[in-house]
Amino acid sequence: MTALTSTEIVNTTDDPGEGRAPLITGAQTFHTVTEIVAGVPEQDRINRNWWIAFAIASTLATCFGASIAYLVWEGVGIWGNNNPVGWGWPIVNFVFWVGIGHAGTLISAILFLLRQKWRTSINRFAEAMTVFAVVCALTFPGIHVGRIWTAYWLLPLPNQMAMWPNFRSPLLWDVFAVSTYGLVSALFWYFGLIPDLATLRDRAKSIFRKIPYAIFSLGWTGSARHWHRYERSYLILAALATPLVLSVHSVVSFDFATSQLPGWHTTIFPPYFVAGAIFSGFAMVVTLAVPCRAFFGMKNLITLRHLENMNKVILATGMMVGYAYSIEFFIAWYGANPAEGFAFLNRAFGPYAWAYWTMVSCNVIAPQFFWFKKVRTTPVLMVIVAIFVNIGMWFERFVITVTSLSRDFLPSSWAYFSPTFFDWFMLLGSFGLFSTLFLLFLRWVPMVAVAEVKATLPQAHVGHQEH
Amino acid sequence: MTSEKTEQNLPDYAVLARYEGVTELVEACKVVRDAGFKKWDSYSPFPVHGIDPAMGIKMTRLPWLIFVMGITGTAFGIWLQWFSNVSAYPFMISGKPLWSLPANIPVAFETTVLFAALTAVFATLAINGLPRFHNPLFTSAAFARVTDDKFFIAIQADDPKYNQSEVMALLQGTGASLVEVVGDDSKKDVEIPTLLKVGLAGSFILGLVPLVMISNSYITETPFTSIHLNPNMDFQEKFKVQSASTLFADGASMRLPVEGTVAMDDLNLDAHLNRGLNPDQSWATTFPKAVTVNAEFMAHGKERFEIFCMPCHGKAGDGTGLIHQRAEKLGETAWTQPTNLHQDFLREQAVGRLFNTISNGIRNMEGYAHAIPVKDRWAIIAYVRALQRSQFASADDLPKDLRGKLQ
Repeated sequence: MTALTSTEIVNTTDDPGEGRAPLITGAQTFHTVTEIVAGVPEQDRINRNWWIAFAIASTLATCFGASIAYLVWEGVGIWGNNNPVGWGWPIVNFVFWVGIGHAGTLISAILFLLRQKWRTSINRFAEAMTVFAVVCALTFPGIHVGRIWTAYWLLPLPNQMAMWPNFRSPLLWDVFAVSTYGLVSALFWYFGLIPDLATLRDRAKSIFRKIPYAIFSLGWTGSARHWHRYERSYLILAALATPLVLSVHSVVSFDFATSQLPGWHTTIFPPYFVAGAIFSGFAMVVTLAVPCRAFFGMKNLITLRHLENMNKVILATGMMVGYAYSIEFFIAWYGANPAEGFAFLNRAFGPYAWAYWTMVSCNVIAPQFFWFKKVRTTPVLMVIVAIFVNIGMWFERFVITVTSLSRDFLPSSWAYFSPTFFDWFMLLGSFGLFSTLFLLFLRWVPMVAVAEVKATLPQAHVGHQEH
Repeated sequence: MTSEKTEQNLPDYAVLARYEGVTELVEACKVVRDAGFKKWDSYSPFPVHGIDPAMGIKMTRLPWLIFVMGITGTAFGIWLQWFSNVSAYPFMISGKPLWSLPANIPVAFETTVLFAALTAVFATLAINGLPRFHNPLFTSAAFARVTDDKFFIAIQADDPKYNQSEVMALLQGTGASLVEVVGDDSKKDVEIPTLLKVGLAGSFILGLVPLVMISNSYITETPFTSIHLNPNMDFQEKFKVQSASTLFADGASMRLPVEGTVAMDDLNLDAHLNRGLNPDQSWATTFPKAVTVNAEFMAHGKERFEIFCMPCHGKAGDGTGLIHQRAEKLGETAWTQPTNLHQDFLREQAVGRLFNTISNGIRNMEGYAHAIPVKDRWAIIAYVRALQRSQFASADDLPKDLRGKLQ
């Protein structure tokens, strides 16, 4: 952890006399950028910390697989789901992971369209996070159906019963939205990777390294005619992915909002869910980026300015989430619906008050520390805040899902939800799966978009006078 | 400079020139463009701004293709939903129309994005001629830096203006740090090994087997039920209706109401309304006060009669309903004809007794108390009375202004 506290180059303050502080520090050339990024997957012996982390992560991922196998054998009764809380932790985890997955595409697509150059250092990273988070997210509704061997009924496939899914159900919209999102995010990620995989191919010393990178880089040469079409397509992909991000979490919120349940049936859900998704996604990027830049020597590429920008986004979206929490209460009072009013009072002061106030503390109070520049620009402090936000956003989904279901219109049907051993195991296991995939990504794939970072350097522009 | 190429006597593929910076590359591109070459390209580790006009690259028409495919995606999404929920499996929910566009927008949006994104990625690769794993340029050791920090121009040998020495001279004059000839090492006459061909064909055929099996089970029926590896859904630990239980003293899992209690709405104190009886236990001859006999009440009785009574007693109440006709047709010997409601003893019977008959049944007829609410039973009786009168009516019963119509 010494690396975390070592000296940082401060590029977060613009000196009026000097112009803007550089985004990439350390007077980099094209070659040094290549060396820094490609150097990580090219190490003969990877860091011992990587092995320790990988051992823990893959063990948890194996446990996840084993508990899914037991779930298939025994049925969903192994979870704490009861009647009326039919959507327990599996759906909480699903919404949590989908939300995490949003920052990747946001950083990639929206910031690309807005020509925010600081995205280039973190977009690869964030997109990988998106793809792996969507893998975890899709697992949960898949296993939540109980009889996994019939999960393909979710898709409009011709079958022997001549039945088709109900296209008016938001749950089916979800199938389309999340699977489209997963596929497009993976394509977007891979498409951006092709030139960088070619870099690794051209630098590979042994044939065993060269062949896999050669296959996945598809014979890329960096031809100007290819770049021309590539850039055009990348721009269009970004323009397609931007509304897609917004649509996906809106559709996820429809799962709740189109039902009649007090606490779910509100029109604020789509924007509120999208803000929360961006909030949690950026928090996860910060949580992952700070240790990675320290351990893999990326401090000159992922600079304090990048981290500070992300913390500002967390602060802004945290305020939106806090605003949504208060508006929910206002509407519950202003709408004068007794069931709605009860649902919200029950959230804040009922048996789940502990969860509600954990959520408010983590999501509304914790990001307020980002008003201080010291917190925004100190890696250890920002990671602490980001972890609180991650915890808080998991609790937000828990509060929405479980408190509303556990006490609805009929008091005789009320029941308290208690998670079982397997609920805990699967939550931890999904983190194991995510971390395993992410560690493999760090080990084998360039974690920063090399070609894009090079294009932001001053010498990438015609007429720049120094070599 | 032409080291390997000359040793192996390869034909020329291209002349390759290396540049150290973006500015030199763009200037060199302008020279090559103006020299009139067609089959040439520049190579860089990142997209260079301003290179398109310097090379004379025209704007790609790819966006139009993506747009068209996006619209195709929209149409497919709309069609899929219409076909599956309106045409193939009409799905009626809460009496809503079968086709209502707003509910179909999210899925149509997703298919639009999906089609357009797939096109963007795969059309770009296809038009760029990727994947292309063999490229003669890869034989140049210098060219390996193209994905790192060097910039290149290659003028291909199949360009009509190609002349090795002239091209090399041209490129050397543009500030290149290295100019070399790249040989064409592509082997055009290589046969695919037979073993590989057979293997590929074999795995293709094997890959079809699951599809054939699925198609077969799609069109055939099987007498077997699905196999439950874990029978915990078939034998569940719970009490079912009419089952035994060790929990209660009487050994039954079902519970009786507590003695002396009456279920909600079951306290029927009005004997006239609920049982058709006078206070002295004789059959009531009048309708109870709780119901009002009028045209609306009668119409309701007619409707209920035609649901519950008509199947046996017939539309006119003469005991020739459809069930009776069917029994006659089949020659059922055990069948007793339903009672004709126009017999004298029934025409004179007290309404209370009729009520009792409907409620509790008589002879072969079962009681309908479980199916018809109390007031509906009285409405049926009112209608039965009207039916009975209709069979014995004379012209004098009609209002005066309608009598003329009978003739």
